[in-house]
Amino acid sequence: MPPPVTEASGSLAMRARQRFWRSLSEAEGIPDATLPRPIDTRFAPNRRDFMKLMGASIALAGVSGCSHGSLEKIVPYRAGPAEQTYGKPVFYASVLPRDGYGVGVLVETNMGRPTKIEGNPSHPASLGATGVIEQAAVLELWDPDRSQTVKHGGTIATWNDFLAALQAQFDARAGTKGTGLRILTETIASPSLHAQIQSVLERFPRAKWHQWQPLNDDNLHDAAEMVYGRRLDTVCRFDRARIVVAFDGDFLDDAPASIRCALDFATRRHAHAAADARSRLYAFECTPTLTGAAADHRLPIQAADVGAAIAQLARALGATTVDVANVLPDAWIAAIVADLRANRGASIVVAGRRQPPHVHALAHVVNAHLGNVGNTIVHVPPAADDPTNQLASLRDLVEAMNGGAIDALLILGANPVYTAPADLAFASALAKVPFKVHHGLYVDETADRCDWHVPAAHPLECFGDLRAFDGTLALQQPGIAPLYDGKSAHELLAALAGDTTRGNRELVEAYWQRERASDFAAFNDRALREGIVDGSTPEPINVALRGDLAAVLAKATPSQPPRAADDIEIVFVADPRIGDGRHANNAWLQELPKPLSQLAWDNAALIAPALARRYGMENEDIVEIRVGGRRIEVAAWLMPGVPERSITLALGFGRTRAGHVGNGHGVDAYAIRTSDAPWFAGGVAITRTGRKHALACAQTHHAMEGRDIVRTFTLGEAQACTPDECGTPRYRNERTLYETPPTGPYAWAMSIDLSSCIGCGACTIACQAENNIPVVGKAEMRNGREMHWIRVDRYYEGDIADARALFQPVPCMQCEHAPCEVVCPVEASVHDAQGINVQVYNRCVGTRFCSNNCPYKVRRFNFFQYTDDVPGLDSQRNPEVTVRMRGVMEKCNYCLQRITNAKIAADVEGRRLRDGEVVTACQAACPARAIVFGDLADAQSEVNRRKSSPLDYALLAELNTRPRTTYLARVTNPSPALAQSTQQSRRREAPPAGAVDTRPRADR
Amino acid sequence: MATDAGTLVPPPGERYTGAIITDKIADLVLVRPMHAGYYVGFIVTAAFTLLFIVAITYLFTTGVGIWGVAQPVAWAFALTNFVWWVGIGHAGTFISAFLLLLRQHWRTSVNRFAEAMTIFAVAMAGLMPILHLGRPWFFYWLIPYPDVMNVWPQWRSPLVWDIFAIATYIIVSILFWYMGLIPDLASLRDHARTRGKQVAYGLAALGWRGEARQWHRFETAYLLMGGLATPLVISVHTVVSLDFSFGLVPGWHSTIFPPYFVDGALYSGFAMALVLAVPMRKVFRLEDFITRDHLAKMGTLMLVTGLIVAYSYMVEAFNAYYSTDLYEIAMMRNRYFGPYAPISWSVILCNVLIPQALWSKRLRRNPLALFVLGLVVLLGMWLERFMIIVASLERDFLPSAWHMFYPTFWDLATLAGSLGAFAFLFLMFLRFLPAISMSELRKDVRQETIRAGTHT
Amino acid sequence: MSQVFSPRFALVLRIATVFVLAGIVAAAVVYRVNARGDAPQDDPIEQPIPFSHQHHVRDDGIDCRYCHTSVETSAFAGIPPLATCMTCHAELFNDAPVLAPLREAYAGGKALEWNRVHDLPGFVYFDHSIHIAKGVGCSTCHGAIDRMPLTRRVASLYMQWCLDCHRNPEAVLRPRDQVFNVEWQPPRDQKQRGAQLRQEYGLRSTRELTDCSTCHR
Repeated sequence: MPPPVTEASGSLAMRARQRFWRSLSEAEGIPDATLPRPIDTRFAPNRRDFMKLMGASIALAGVSGCSHGSLEKIVPYRAGPAEQTYGKPVFYASVLPRDGYGVGVLVETNMGRPTKIEGNPSHPASLGATGVIEQAAVLELWDPDRSQTVKHGGTIATWNDFLAALQAQFDARAGTKGTGLRILTETIASPSLHAQIQSVLERFPRAKWHQWQPLNDDNLHDAAEMVYGRRLDTVCRFDRARIVVAFDGDFLDDAPASIRCALDFATRRHAHAAADARSRLYAFECTPTLTGAAADHRLPIQAADVGAAIAQLARALGATTVDVANVLPDAWIAAIVADLRANRGASIVVAGRRQPPHVHALAHVVNAHLGNVGNTIVHVPPAADDPTNQLASLRDLVEAMNGGAIDALLILGANPVYTAPADLAFASALAKVPFKVHHGLYVDETADRCDWHVPAAHPLECFGDLRAFDGTLALQQPGIAPLYDGKSAHELLAALAGDTTRGNRELVEAYWQRERASDFAAFNDRALREGIVDGSTPEPINVALRGDLAAVLAKATPSQPPRAADDIEIVFVADPRIGDGRHANNAWLQELPKPLSQLAWDNAALIAPALARRYGMENEDIVEIRVGGRRIEVAAWLMPGVPERSITLALGFGRTRAGHVGNGHGVDAYAIRTSDAPWFAGGVAITRTGRKHALACAQTHHAMEGRDIVRTFTLGEAQACTPDECGTPRYRNERTLYETPPTGPYAWAMSIDLSSCIGCGACTIACQAENNIPVVGKAEMRNGREMHWIRVDRYYEGDIADARALFQPVPCMQCEHAPCEVVCPVEASVHDAQGINVQVYNRCVGTRFCSNNCPYKVRRFNFFQYTDDVPGLDSQRNPEVTVRMRGVMEKCNYCLQRITNAKIAADVEGRRLRDGEVVTACQAACPARAIVFGDLADAQSEVNRRKSSPLDYALLAELNTRPRTTYLARVTNPSPALAQSTQQSRRREAPPAGAVDTRPRADR
Repeated sequence: MATDAGTLVPPPGERYTGAIITDKIADLVLVRPMHAGYYVGFIVTAAFTLLFIVAITYLFTTGVGIWGVAQPVAWAFALTNFVWWVGIGHAGTFISAFLLLLRQHWRTSVNRFAEAMTIFAVAMAGLMPILHLGRPWFFYWLIPYPDVMNVWPQWRSPLVWDIFAIATYIIVSILFWYMGLIPDLASLRDHARTRGKQVAYGLAALGWRGEARQWHRFETAYLLMGGLATPLVISVHTVVSLDFSFGLVPGWHSTIFPPYFVDGALYSGFAMALVLAVPMRKVFRLEDFITRDHLAKMGTLMLVTGLIVAYSYMVEAFNAYYSTDLYEIAMMRNRYFGPYAPISWSVILCNVLIPQALWSKRLRRNPLALFVLGLVVLLGMWLERFMIIVASLERDFLPSAWHMFYPTFWDLATLAGSLGAFAFLFLMFLRFLPAISMSELRKDVRQETIRAGTHT
Repeated sequence: MSQVFSPRFALVLRIATVFVLAGIVAAAVVYRVNARGDAPQDDPIEQPIPFSHQHHVRDDGIDCRYCHTSVETSAFAGIPPLATCMTCHAELFNDAPVLAPLREAYAGGKALEWNRVHDLPGFVYFDHSIHIAKGVGCSTCHGAIDRMPLTRRVASLYMQWCLDCHRNPEAVLRPRDQVFNVEWQPPRDQKQRGAQLRQEYGLRSTRELTDCSTCHR
């Protein structure tokens, strides 16, 4: 028997393990996430409605084992659809908006129903991957809460009524050239739509177009203007960067380009990446983000200090002379400067959209100074049409409304009543406008206050075109005709321009016929097939720094006003799941735990444990937050990694008109967000109210208890690795009483690279969409009954002050000696010849012994009839996957339906499956390419290659379950200069007690 | 009424001839009025039985989600109740079968109601595993039978063995009990004054006439049944314990479970026997038949089994640390210092510390004290099962999955309901069947008389 | 006092008991057998139009794939779109009252709703294409469809029935050119031929063919 991993004391694995905390509480005397108090699990009426809405199933007919009396009907087509085979899915290339910019996708439709979203490999913003937003789009499409009819004063009306009303307006104001007519949109990155706006403005020269979207790029564009004298976009190529310094810049999660950034970034982060190719990431941030979690060195600093921090770096590099107080430790500056100088042209200094223009300006200066421009940094003309400062634009609008100068306002897509800065008091201003039209997916807060509401067609329902973050153009095509009488923005604008005859498709095609008169047919066909317009990626533009830059910078950069020692600031962030609140009614996104806090269904005031101790606060304490005369009450949540004098609060919650799912969850942060401090504000006062608010947290324990769960090594350690030391031989112990697993022609297995995984959760929600996984709701989550087949665990490492989060996606391990199989009394949990541990739903009687016996706790049980039969929602379900009924166990099965269908296709052709032909849902979505699935029997397969790495290890290998899913240890690349200090800080921690012998029990 | 003589068999002579015994015991069944306390008990238990029915109906219509079970604690109250009830069942068989083979004549006064207790307890136990299924209407898939799916149970699963163990146990118990009843049913038939009762008991008595031939066969068969039932005392709870020790959950994965569980079962069984016997002898004035010596003997048995249980606790803790297994040690620490520590320490209090009082002879002969001790031990044993099942599951291998269990109203309702139903059935038994075996008692008295005669 | 029962009556009682018990068992068995609620085996299913496979297949000699277009490429064999019917029935029997529902539906009126004859539970994933590709003929499961004036189900569709084949496919495998031949009968030496074909087609091992995951997901 090979020597067990940890016996050689002081082995790397051992040391790796010793760094981890025993527990948050033991480290700092803070309670772990409060354990949920008992909940009456009866279906409360509202929960019942919720279930009715959020589930759909043929389960009772399906899984219950005996079919019902009535005969099933088959309704034939009148004339069969052209390009589709019965029962086979069809994929359409299209593009979905993300903060207004395009992300290319492939829409899977089954018998005409869009059921799943995949990334479009040829689209620059996707390269085949997707984020949580894209995955959840199908649920939004089928959401029964969507606005379904035109409304006038809250009562149902028709499109023609609206057109008549519109005409009446025009007649009343004939000859005014549109004085007092205003259009408010969100960011527009669509040539055809922009052209239509222009044509409206031509018809009404005195009309004005405003833009507002809470997550906008004002700061970036203003900075560009400041530095280059023109508004432009900056594209970062992280695949080319060896050194990345992020100043409150969460490029992995909080940007229109984040999917692409994650992909590029991962290329230099994989466990098997060559040592000299590996990148090093320094992150200074005011709130814990995925970027910070992925960083090799992370330092929490207050948002207000970020400007000083980057200035300090710029000065140290000699890039500028701007003089402000130092905030970063010299050791850090020294290390970073050294790294940057050593990697001229191969580094990136990036700031986040939260930071004011001068911070971005300094970033530009530093990048220019380091010769990154043209290499890792590319400037392109703005992807957005007319990238104006949206805050200013909105302010103008409000002033005009208050001045009574506006008598007709069209709001396209935006929800300003909810999202506008509180001090602008948009709602009251809006009330002064006589004729108000709202166009949107939902009858939301704004629609409520408008005279007319026109339901918007979902992006999956209409034609259009969108530019990606880098300007690349893609055409949008529907996967289904509009479910309700929704209208596209094109139709609405056309109506405004006087064209009420043409529909969405004609309008878009008409535009492109004008643009591409010569080769329209070919162009349109190709663009729709490819999902991208060839050659539309704009050429990088060479721009020179403004001559008077130094002066401008000096003027723009505030010399840090000395802040009071305990001045607390509040930082507003986009919710990692529901963004600015537009996705609040999407149950998949609501139930997907936030990557770092692991909270679902709520936002909370994230505060540092130290701050909590100072104010005697605990988790779930409702605290009052007062800033600038405004106040809200929100539950507090202790988060390591938050700067000590900073509070993080996510936008997007506390919706009142989101829908049955989104209403009343969390607290509305916009209520204290003002236009002079849209992203962070100082002078915050917090006090405990003494009341509590129950939060649903997917993970109530954050420490690894000295167990060998997530392995981390520094690059140096990793290079010195031998399998016995760092990894785990796949079989710890050949002796066994159980029959050896059957071997078929295929032996499926998975490898998850913890080095490149960024913990975004795209895998979880992709799995949910693919496998008809139900939503259980907040109450059930608190009971510990979430159904996700692949969860992303989050543990903490290091000092509490700058705790590092470690992510670990945990699907079913497909053990070759599966503990669940031996205890199932009815053969419902069995092994098949391809090595998959199959769960046979229709045989399961629900003893739940398998779940008890699963050491990874990846099995999920339908404690109630979670999936109910709801017309509409059931249309989203994947016909290739059984919908489970109440009382049966379920779990990940490596997307068995995908394997089987691929196998059948191959067998029909009489050939063997090729490596990479079967891609699991989680693997397909992963923006970090952390998950690889394949065939162990194929010696050349990628998965075999990965598993041969010395860093490959099996979770809980000592139990001798022989998992088919294994992990690649997390490899960090710390700066040698800074490593020393961190090493010391680590050594201060006590080694875990009891970490003695993890030999397979069989060996004792 | 005679004072409570300290003998195991009623004194012979004029005070207790066979006829008097028969009259006295038969009258309990045949002649009204009942003691007022009986009716109070009847109403209360009936109410709880109703609650049980409601709880089960709601469970079947809605799903096991109405309980507190979740991940990772997927088993909780239902399984705790199951193990606890099965355990209680054991004492009955032990008393009637074991002691029969060992020719312990003192069992005569107690075996009848002890057997009844067994049957009702096992009935309650048998319900629990079915109730806790996700799809209870498919429970029969655990039973091997040829079906159109060509699939069979998965024989490696202890749950399948359970079905057999429990089924065998309850069948044998019922047969054994009913057989012992036959002669008494006959005497009831003969004592009955109304036609209805004569017919009813007559049918039940299967035409027993007390002929020598019948007696001869009866004795033989009864002894054989005893022999058959005895191994079950060991086997059943052994199998039940395997439900846990076969799992690899720290706190379950242990070889001491079979003896540990069997002994714990007897422990709780004797406790329940006492809890039933003490009020019964009081209400029905059976002090002369179930004497303080009977109680004392059961008290002694309780003390012995209790000591073994205490020993098992020590062995468990020792093994955890001796194994040097990271997870076993963490489990043991969590059990006694984790969120469920109060439970674990009450287990120690109820099952180990308080019962030491039984060392005192005075206490062993004090019905009230024994009654209270019985209740304490029953509570302790229930908590022990809960501790083993829930506290072990709550924190197993991956800290990310750890999650507390909290009972809901319906968890408690199911437990209370099963208690009510059990008591209700027992009261029915007292009302319609002789609580003490008349025939055996007559025999013993006869032998006593003979012995007394020879002495003079 | 007198005995309640005469010995004779006691005997009668005992015999009666035995019969009662036997009766209960019998009743249970009968119920279990008739428990299935879906389309009954072997008797024709009511259809909006009395469509005759016998006429179309046997008399007109239309190939299965003319209507069931996706049988070779998809899990679902495919129900012909009305247009397919109209290719002929625009001319033939174009005023037959029995075809009224077809014409109405084709004219965009009330949709035509066929009743499913072979209805598998939702958790069973049967795939036509692979069975065709591996030489399992239509008539193996659908019987002598060309002799059915009204379509009926000839197989029980019990899991048992599926397994019989998956455990011993040799018994039914045909040469590829015979797959759509409804008249095909297994030759005397089917056992050997089947074995050869199994080789030739590269069927999966019996273990794989009987894995739960082969049909259930």
